[in-house]
Formats: sequence, structure tokens, C-alpha cells
Amino acid sequence: MRYIPNSAPERESMLREMGLESVADLFKGIPEHLQLKRPLNLPPALSETETLSYFRNLAEDNTTHITGVRMSSFLGAGAYDHFIPTIIDTLISRSEFYTSYTPYQPEISQGTLQAIFEYQTMICELTGMDVSNASLYDGSTATAEAVLMAERVTGRTKVAIANNLHPEYHQVVDTYIRNAGITKVDLPYDEKTGAMTPESLAGLGEDIAAVIVQSPNFFGGVEELQKLADATHKIGALFVVVVAEAISLGLLQAPGKAGADIVCGEAQSFGIPISFGGSYCGFFACREKYQRQIPGRLVGLAQDEKGRGGYVLTLATREQHIRREKATSNICTNQGLYALMATIYLSTMGRRGMREVAEQNLQKTHFTASRISRLKGFSLKFTGQFFNEFVVTCPKPAEGILTALRQKKIIGGLDLSRFFPGMKNELLICVTETTTREEIDALIDELGQM
Amino acid sequence: MIRKVTTHINQNEGTIFERSRPGREGYKLAALDVEAADLAAIIDSKYLRDDDLAGLPEVSEVDVVRHFTRISTWNYAVDLGMYPLGSCTMKYNPKLNEKVSRFDGFASAHPYTPDEISQGNLKLMKVLEEALSEITGLAAVSLQPAAGAQGEMTGLMVIRKCLETRGNARKIVLVPDSATGTNPASAAICGYQVKTIKSGANGGVDIENLRQIVNEDVAALMLTNPSTLGMFEENIEEVCRILHDAGGFVYMDGANMNALVGVTRPGDLGVDVIHLNLHKTFSTPHGGGGPGAGPIAVTSELEQFLPFPRILEVSDGKGGKLFRVEYNCPQSVGRVRAFFGNFSVLVRALCYIVSLGPDGLREATETAVLNANYIAHHLQSDYEVGFHGKPLHEVIFSDKRQQKFGVHTIDIAKRLIDYGFHPMTVYFPLIVPGAMMIEPTESEGREELDLFIDAMRSIAREAEETPDLVKSAPHNTRIGRLDEAAAARKPILRWKPASAAAGQS
Repeated sequence: MRYIPNSAPERESMLREMGLESVADLFKGIPEHLQLKRPLNLPPALSETETLSYFRNLAEDNTTHITGVRMSSFLGAGAYDHFIPTIIDTLISRSEFYTSYTPYQPEISQGTLQAIFEYQTMICELTGMDVSNASLYDGSTATAEAVLMAERVTGRTKVAIANNLHPEYHQVVDTYIRNAGITKVDLPYDEKTGAMTPESLAGLGEDIAAVIVQSPNFFGGVEELQKLADATHKIGALFVVVVAEAISLGLLQAPGKAGADIVCGEAQSFGIPISFGGSYCGFFACREKYQRQIPGRLVGLAQDEKGRGGYVLTLATREQHIRREKATSNICTNQGLYALMATIYLSTMGRRGMREVAEQNLQKTHFTASRISRLKGFSLKFTGQFFNEFVVTCPKPAEGILTALRQKKIIGGLDLSRFFPGMKNELLICVTETTTREEIDALIDELGQM
Repeated sequence: MIRKVTTHINQNEGTIFERSRPGREGYKLAALDVEAADLAAIIDSKYLRDDDLAGLPEVSEVDVVRHFTRISTWNYAVDLGMYPLGSCTMKYNPKLNEKVSRFDGFASAHPYTPDEISQGNLKLMKVLEEALSEITGLAAVSLQPAAGAQGEMTGLMVIRKCLETRGNARKIVLVPDSATGTNPASAAICGYQVKTIKSGANGGVDIENLRQIVNEDVAALMLTNPSTLGMFEENIEEVCRILHDAGGFVYMDGANMNALVGVTRPGDLGVDVIHLNLHKTFSTPHGGGGPGAGPIAVTSELEQFLPFPRILEVSDGKGGKLFRVEYNCPQSVGRVRAFFGNFSVLVRALCYIVSLGPDGLREATETAVLNANYIAHHLQSDYEVGFHGKPLHEVIFSDKRQQKFGVHTIDIAKRLIDYGFHPMTVYFPLIVPGAMMIEPTESEGREELDLFIDAMRSIAREAEETPDLVKSAPHNTRIGRLDEAAAARKPILRWKPASAAAGQS
């Protein structure tokens, strides 16, 4: 087997050297009757060529991506198609990055540690917060961790979450809090704008640990954070801002400058392939006064005996391997390689690139929205301001429209009735810098014929 | 003598922020191909950033490539050599896995693509579920958990949900004192009190003690098998019987499955739930800390409680099969992650399984166990064995013999770096004072194993003859041991320009 260096004769001689007769002697610790007496019922090994064609066939069974006839897509909703600089894959393909472990031994892990330190710095800059952790699994679990952290910080056991937070994030929070003694209140969005208003928070009392709001929200709308922060702080709760579309941070006010206590979300938009929903990279940042309650890994600056600077994993006394059941989270590691991808992305795009890409998203989305809203029978559902997604009310059920568009090689967006049963005629449409004018024109043409 | 490595020129490099120069750029976007609106007409300026993103760098593509290439060379990696971290299974990450995971149909697929045009991805997940089901001997699999720790949490939630439907969620989860820290932390998230149970004299479960502790308050036992001592739980059937007789469950932490694949199946032993670390046993890369994946496998009784959505294989009505995502799972514990889990990791794991087949998987297990035993055999003359028994894929020593020269486990670990190896897992499991836990995996050839054995023996001699050399190691690295205590007292967790940093302290 090509992944095992020692040949069978070499293994034989090692066994003999140890005074053993056969491989079976190695497994004497497993009672005989518990050992599997047959080969696993799996297909025989494939050659490298066969493996490649096996996976090529599977990849092309996704008829969206048959070579030469790639469908255009207007899907967003928490997973976004953005330009990915080539050098990201080149750099993360360096064995020193992707075949290393969590940096427990700083003397020989400085590459990973420094990259995370830079990542933490960039997340702080983008979010306007003081402290960022080394990353979590994804945006949904980062949101759940924010809920748990708010409970630790405030000692309160009820959280209030905007109804226009990503429905799957809601579902993940529900799962995490079910056995944690925390309850959840859903906050209604304004029917007209699709966004939260201070009135959405009316009636919340001083038993609330956190108010959690997504901006841009699930409908693509931009929230007026400062007003919501003020209303939240009045009841002594933490204001948590979730950002599922991180490209928006290139243009929109940093939530930390608008009163957020915790900013968390999904960094997939920063150079990470959309990859059927994973692997992604959850980011998590907070104010300095809460840093000892933050979940996950943190990298900090340190010095050796000779005064040379380097980086280490720090504040480990929060973590499971020290605190066990009293840890701030059960999470073990971060999303190292994907945090690195985000760091390379943000370095490559830099100050001006982030602004430019965010503006392109805004411009193209508004161009598309305004064209669609002029089509007979179609209108924008909400009046609020939006970034790179918007909700369209169609003249008939969205499901049928999407099916018809698929015949034209267009995935026209998300049928919102999937999550909001009342929205049968509503489509969530996403346009990014990778969506071409041709694709936008084709969508408008087809919708015009519905 | 240090044979594996020699020091050589190594580039210095500051942070990416220090490379920044106004006006540099590393990207080129296509020109905007729609008529641009006046910004003020499409978004209110009160929503816009007012900091001009000044904290992000301005660098060229060359700067970025040089920067990250340079800092990458400061890392040790599996592709450089043996990485003997016990219970971490740092095996070779096949390049073929990497290649196929990047195929456009996988890497560019949106998770909300309708089922009928995502058949390849759904099939891939179903095939992997079935393979893991066969490997574990358990009826059903959820691929959703993003990592081992999340798998633990999910598995315990499944158990809890099942107990709730029986009328009593119970209060306690038993965790052996040899377990990893995520076990109790995961149990706590599920609302259970953790009761630590002492390991028996042989490092396994103390059956008599277990019999006395288990009652109708105990929801489950979390058992790592082989234990973190690398030894198979000989009484596993009895352990399961005790739990089951009292109406409880056995959760198996699958961190050490690399010792068992193809040799024995947890489901056949009586285990109810197991999580697998695809980034350990199934060769997906650790990536300096992630992403991994922690699927769980459960008995048929527990299947209905798995996270939603599930992937179903159904008839297409024309005599064929098709795959469908089922969201309506009324008994499910819920979702633990958005979308389907770490799909890109799942692709790699399936690639490993189909590349090895049943024979290759067994061969990997046998070789991993052989390599660990080879190290155990050759190091026992120089190091104190942590626990006597029949180790499988990893072996534990302690610093007991070196302590009398003032040399401790941490010193041996750091000195190993000078010899060109990543240290083993140290001070874990907690039940072996000064533990050194060594897991070579099947990926090491005899020369590398011999180099490691030589290095460890040489360090044992140094501990005796020149202990200060060991205590002040590493000597050949870019930096020495960092003062972690000082770093934690006054944490600096982000870069700031020199002027700002000076003002801060």
C-alpha cells in the first residue's frame, strides 16, 4: 500500500526483532471473540486513476457543474460565491501549513501562530472590536457560542434573537441552548423594511442576557445597529452582531463602532470555497473586558529568555483541556487552515480591495434589484437598505419560477418558503462581484417572460 | 548525535502589517460591468465605514507570497517527518485527497442547490455514511458535526433525547480520569453533571467500581477505546452490559480508532454511539488546527434522534435511485451546524477509504500498531513504561527515571525538537505523572522510527550526563521556550503600529 513506507518483509523483520511471530500477536489485547473475522464489506481498493475518475463522475453528477455548461447562480443566504485569489490555494497547499497540528509547540509552530495573530488583528480591524479569537467552526456555531458567552458574562439565562437572523443559525442556537438552561425569545422584524427597529425590542426586561441581530440580515437588509445597541444596553444586556456576509465589512460601519459587545459570524466570503456548505471559518470578537470569557483558542505575543519575541496559545485556563467541564466551551481547536485562507485573502485584497469588492457587490445588486422591480408583477418586498441580497415578491409561487429558470441553466435564488411558510411568492436573490452582466441580463430576460 | 536535521539559513519576517506601503496592491478585479449608481443614492452614508479600513495592509501579490512562504518555513509538518503526538494520529495526508476535494463540482457547489442537480454531492455523503457505518458496525451515521468535540456533544444529545422520550433524561455522565478534556466539557453543554471515575490498576475501567456507581441517574459512560493509554478495554462487553442493564448508554470516543479499523467494530462490542475524527483515522489534514470533521455513528434505536437534515436514498419512480435531503425529522436533536457539515473534509475521507479498500484499511491499522509496539520495545530500556499491558497504536512512557537528574517530560519534549522531531503528547493522560504519549502511525518507515528511537535514547543519556543541555532545550530553533505565564498575565492578542503599541503598555 503506497501510503505505508514499510514493505511486508520489513514489517516481518520488525516483528521478529520484537520476538513476535505474526501480526495477530499485536492484537492479543483484544479478546479473540471480539475481533472481526472477515474483511470489511467495502469495495476493493481503487487505483489512483480509478479514484480520480470515480470522484470526477461524482463531481459531474452535480449537473450544475458539468464541464462547459456551468449554471449561473443567484444563491447566497449564508454561503457566497466570491472571487478567490489564486495564491490562497498555492500558499495553503504548502505542507508546512496544511500538514501541521494545532500549534502546541510554539518553537516549531511560529508560522501557524503568526498567521493566527495576523488573522486576529484583521478581524479586530474589520469588526471594530478589541479581541478576536483564533476562529470557530462556522458562523452558526459562533452565534451559538455568543449566546453561551452572554450567559456567562451576565448570569442571565434568556436571550433575544432577531427573526431575520439566518434560520439555520437559529436552529443551531436552539440545539445548543436546549440543555444549557437558556431560553430564547424571537424578536420580530419590521414587516415593511424587513429590518429590526428599537420597537422590535419592546417589552424585553432585565432578565435578557443578549440581544442578537444579524447585519446584513438574512434578507440582505442593513440594520441600524447603534439604535438597537442603545436599546439593548438600556436593559443591561450584551449586544451581539452576527455578520454572515463578511464582505459587507469592506463597506459598512464596523459593528464595534455602533455599540456591539460581541461581533461574530462567517468568514467564508474571505477566500474560502463555497464547497457545499463547508468547511468554513467562524469568526468571534469581543470587547477587551470580556476576553477571559471568550470561547476557543487565542494567540498572544510572548518572549523567550533572550528577549526574542514569538507567539503562543494563551489564556488556556479558559479551555477544556485545563478546565474540563468548567471550560468556556467544549471546542478543542480552531479552523487553522481556513483562518489562514481568510488572512491571505485580506492581505491580498488589502485596504482598497476590500472596499472595491464590497462596492461592486452593492452596485451590481442594486442594479439587478432595480431592473427586477421594473418587471411587470415583480416587486421588492422590503423598503429597507440592502447590501448584496434582496427579497423579490414574484407574481406566482417562487418554486415554479425557479424550476422554469433551471431549464435555462439559471439557479434563480432561494425560495423563501423553505424557511418562512408565508413567503410562497418570495425569492432571496444574491448578486456578487462574480455575477456577470450577461448573467444578470439573462435572469432579467427570463423573469420578464414569466 | 543529531542525525535527522541540521540548522540552515531561515528567513526573518515581520508581520504582514509591517510590509504595508501606501499604494501597493495585490489584486485585480474585473471592471464593474453595470452602470454605477451614485453611492449616496443606494445607501445612506450613516451605514458606511468611516475608518477607510486603515488597519488592513496594502501589499503586492509578491509581498503576500513571500510573507506567507517565509513564515510557513517556521512550522514542523507531517510531510517533513514523524509527528508522534499521541491520540492525535498525525498520519500522512494523501495528495490525491487534496486534488479531488478541489474538483469544481464539489468546491463550487452551493449548499442550497436543489437536490435534483446536486446528486453527486448527496451520493458522496451517502456512500461515506455507509462506509463509516460498516467500519463502526453501527446502523446510522450523521456527518454533520464539524469536529471531534462537536461529535461528542451531538452524540450525548442523541442519548439525552432518547432518554427523554423514555421519560427521564437522567443526570450524570461518567467520564474516566484518563479521558480528554473535551469529554467532560461536552457533557456539561448537554446539561449533565460529570462524574469522574478512577481507572483500574491496568488503566482500564474498574468493573466493580463501575457496577457500584451505575444507577438510574447515569445517562451514559464516555469511554475512549483503546484508552488514552493505548490499551483495549478488555472488559468492554461487561462495561456495556452494566450500562445497558441500568438503562444507560455507552458513548465511545473514537479518537483512537486508528488502532481498530478492520480489526474490531465498536457496534459489535456493544457501543451505542461513537464519534470518528476524520482528521485522525481517515487521513484528512489537521491544517494547523482545523478544519476536521467529527461524524457520529449510532445504533438503529438512536437513528431517529440524529441531527437533521438526513440524506435519503429513494426511488426515482423509474426503477432508479435518487438522493434527497430530508429536513422533516421530528425526533431529531436539531442542527449542530449550518448546511451539511465540513463537506470538503468528507470528500477527502471518502477518497482515503476508496483508495485503501478493506485490505488497505486493515493494513494501515496493523502497521500503526506494529510501529507503536516497535517503539515500545526499543525504548523500554531507557524510559519508564507508563502502564504495563499490551499497547495498540500508541505507547506511554514517563519521566520517572530522568527526574532524578532534574530532567522532566517538558525538557525531553523540547530536546526532541533539536533532534528534528515534533514532540510527543506530553502530560496526558493525567493519570500518568509526566506522561509522554507516542503515536507513530502507519506512515513511518523503519528508518524514521529508528532515528526517533536513537534520538530518545540519546536524550536519555544526555539527561544523565549533561542534564542542563536538555533542560535548556531547544537550542537550534528560531526562538527558545516562550514565557507563557507572562504572556497570559498581560495578553497582547493583536498587532498594533509601534506608536500605538508603545502608548498601550
